[in-house]
Amino acid sequence: MKTNRREFIKISSIGAGGIILSSPLINLLGKPEEHKDEKRAKRYPTYCEVCFWKCAGWVYTNEEKGEEKIWKIIGNEDDLHSNGRFCPRGTGGVGMYYDEDRLKTPLIRVEKDGVQSFKEATWDEALDLIAKRLKEVAKEYTPECIAMFSHGSGGKFFSNVLKAMGSVSISAPSYAQCRGPREVAFIATYGKGIGSPEPTDIKNTKCLVLIGSHIGENMHNGQVQEMSDAIDDGASIITVDPRYSTAASKSKFWLPIKPATDIALLLAWMHVIINEELYDKEYVEKYTFGFEQLKAHVKSKTPEWAYTITKIKPDVIRKTAHEMASASPAVIIHPGRHVTWYGDDTQRLRAVAILNALLGSWGRRGGFYNPEGIKLKKMPRPDYPKPKRTWRDAHPDQYRLAGLALSSGMCDATIPSPDKDCSYKAWIINGTNLITTLPDQKNTIEALNNLEFVVVIDTMPVDITGYADVVLPECTYLERYDMLRTSKHREPSIALRMPAAKPKYNSKPAWWMAKELANKMGLGDYVPYEKVEEMLDWQLKEYGSSLKEMQKIGVKKIDRKYDDLYLLNGQEYEFKTNTGKIELYSTALEREGFDAMPNYTAHPEPPADFYRLNYGRAPMHTFTRTVNNPNLSDLMEENKLWVNPKVAKKYDLEKDQEIWLENQDGIVSSFAIKVRITQRIGMDSVYMVHGFGGTANKLKRAYGRGGADSELITNVMHDPIMGGTGMRGNFVKFIKNNPHV
Amino acid sequence: MRYGMAVDTNKCVGCSDCVVACQTENNVPLGYARDWIVETVDGTYPNLFLELRSERCNHCDNTPCVRVCPTGASFIGDGGIIKVKPNKCIGCAACIESCPYDARYMHPNGYVDKCTFCDHRLAEGLDTACVSVCPTKCLYFGDVDDPNSEISILLANNKHKTLIPEAGTKPQLFYIV
Ligand code: SF4
Repeated sequence: MKTNRREFIKISSIGAGGIILSSPLINLLGKPEEHKDEKRAKRYPTYCEVCFWKCAGWVYTNEEKGEEKIWKIIGNEDDLHSNGRFCPRGTGGVGMYYDEDRLKTPLIRVEKDGVQSFKEATWDEALDLIAKRLKEVAKEYTPECIAMFSHGSGGKFFSNVLKAMGSVSISAPSYAQCRGPREVAFIATYGKGIGSPEPTDIKNTKCLVLIGSHIGENMHNGQVQEMSDAIDDGASIITVDPRYSTAASKSKFWLPIKPATDIALLLAWMHVIINEELYDKEYVEKYTFGFEQLKAHVKSKTPEWAYTITKIKPDVIRKTAHEMASASPAVIIHPGRHVTWYGDDTQRLRAVAILNALLGSWGRRGGFYNPEGIKLKKMPRPDYPKPKRTWRDAHPDQYRLAGLALSSGMCDATIPSPDKDCSYKAWIINGTNLITTLPDQKNTIEALNNLEFVVVIDTMPVDITGYADVVLPECTYLERYDMLRTSKHREPSIALRMPAAKPKYNSKPAWWMAKELANKMGLGDYVPYEKVEEMLDWQLKEYGSSLKEMQKIGVKKIDRKYDDLYLLNGQEYEFKTNTGKIELYSTALEREGFDAMPNYTAHPEPPADFYRLNYGRAPMHTFTRTVNNPNLSDLMEENKLWVNPKVAKKYDLEKDQEIWLENQDGIVSSFAIKVRITQRIGMDSVYMVHGFGGTANKLKRAYGRGGADSELITNVMHDPIMGGTGMRGNFVKFIKNNPHV
Repeated sequence: MRYGMAVDTNKCVGCSDCVVACQTENNVPLGYARDWIVETVDGTYPNLFLELRSERCNHCDNTPCVRVCPTGASFIGDGGIIKVKPNKCIGCAACIESCPYDARYMHPNGYVDKCTFCDHRLAEGLDTACVSVCPTKCLYFGDVDDPNSEISILLANNKHKTLIPEAGTKPQLFYIV
């Protein structure tokens, strides 16, 4: 539907006809002294969808009053991502299924008397409308004008349809809003990105260095487990963080750095390691390129120089450099995951990559291992048409080193401007709440307002669903098949996700939706199966297994075929860089006109009465994906604003006092957030867990609960190398009286 | 045979997996918990000390809760596990009052509920739900009477403490510090 302005529709305005709410509270109540019987329970293999770590496990069901009910989820012992232990979010994944606020039936935007609202629709109505509108957009403009944003397993099925139409503008916000700079930096250095799960050999390390990475609060399961193993084995941890994170509390050295100065510290560490000849000489000589240039580059970057910038004392810089060097090569300067901070993030991660190279940790036991995965064959289907434009044309001549599509770049290109010939006209959004994922909400909303058609596929009525023309309710991962998981690890493996229960309400799996849509668009040949089981069985049989076998075992480990887990002593190895070596001096960056070696640049400081807004994770939540989950919101129902006691005193803030925040651009937070007065944060910043303070009022447990960092992130510092959106240069002040009355 | 548990605070990250695993395993209604996380922070920025602990019933040797129970619903089971018989419980809450650790809660169905060390799982040769799920493997469970058990060896080799020892309850939950 072509609307002049896309009004945000709160999904509560749907007719609630025939929706039965089943309370998980009642479902989960047990009778006294009566336990569900593990032996009588049935179990179904799955891999978790609560975060991107994708742990494989078992969903247990039990019979209650003649009905099979989901009881609990536990890890699969054969799975390297989880080692048989799920994280709290994965364990609480049952709440994804029982959440009574789930999207229940397809919704179509309608307009009556100038008022827009959603009407409940049948699947045929909804899919017919999508097919018709997408075809119209493709015809009126080009198929390339359709874009997709996805951060859910189901996205693979929709991207197939989109590619069949002729568009490859398919992006995941986990690139430009999260880990992209790290991938580009490591590719520039080693010819190879980090990927997921990170191939950090933490369980065998002797020294783990975390720079703003809060393992233990970010609950990336395998890493948390291995950090614990490393603690058991007496490894030392060095944490660089202005906040006393959980990891900081487990560290031999905590460096409470001044925010935004990490590159200075990294350069000083290189200085010490080179100057005192603590680097791995054999390794550097054999495998690296540009050592002499680097040596000259960091010559003046003394700990004393860094001290004035970072506030980390020179002797601490030296001591920690010695600590790393004495563990070398079993040392990990961890590349982190969410690294889009200040816009010079690729260069900061280059410094991380270089430091690892000096210490010889890449490809070494206790450093970074060499992961291996498998590639499954695809069922034969017609070739995709070749698109005339790709996501790269969203930002011509910019961000040429970006390896994957930039969500932010595609969003910006949707807003018409004279220098772009085709802005996007339709978006398909799968499993990502773009409103809180992309920085600068006003910009995102402007893009949405410029679109002719928006489809949102999700399990929950999150904020972004309010901007859709059609909302498709996906069933949860516990109720569906998806593609097989084949991610790389120490050993390759295949994991199966299969339904443990029938889809609740009128929700459907993505594979079914995509297939129906393809049929309706005349693209049925691109989906060469009637049921997804056929395709999975075909793929598995090509690999010597079968769907039947996988349903029994869930995870199949496969022997490594290619390289060794670690570089062997003295082994010849050609890195996939221009020089075939680990590039301390990056020829690729130089060629593109960027610094070949990282430099420190100062970033703006908070003005008086403002505090830097830092944000992060809590172990029980994955952003908006989980804030309404009954089990997980029971563990943490809202976020709080961490404030240092001295700062609290200055503004007379009390424990749990509700306040609002205003950022440097005059943006005021929608909802109040409670104050947590704690010594765990310094005096120049405040901190909150990301994902709360949502505006989607159909999420009963989450609506308006806590504060949203995302709405206060309006200053975006773009990484000139790859287009990452630096989000840590936003400053907030406190508002004590409700600004919304 | 005496069951006990050890929590290695050097490894615990306070993720609450033990809490949610217990809730789903034991049908603990949402809003209630048999185990929980405590965070204590000492010092002044940047000289700080943080302790994270997974807490639950201490399955004490000297049990005020069992003593005050007027009906015998609270009792000492095999291996020293402190349990409640819901059918005998009249919901008077005297045990809740008497427990220095606040380890008991009133179940909405009208009886007192608490940690059972998952004795239904122990009977099947399984670990307690919390121990089996903990991502950091900071929870240890076993026979503290047997000097060769994993938990006894661990306690013999590591500095540890109990909570509120001054209450004289002889708790059997040990925190490695
Ligand atoms: S880390 Fe946790 S949430 Fe993520 S996939 Fe694993 S169990 Fe699920």
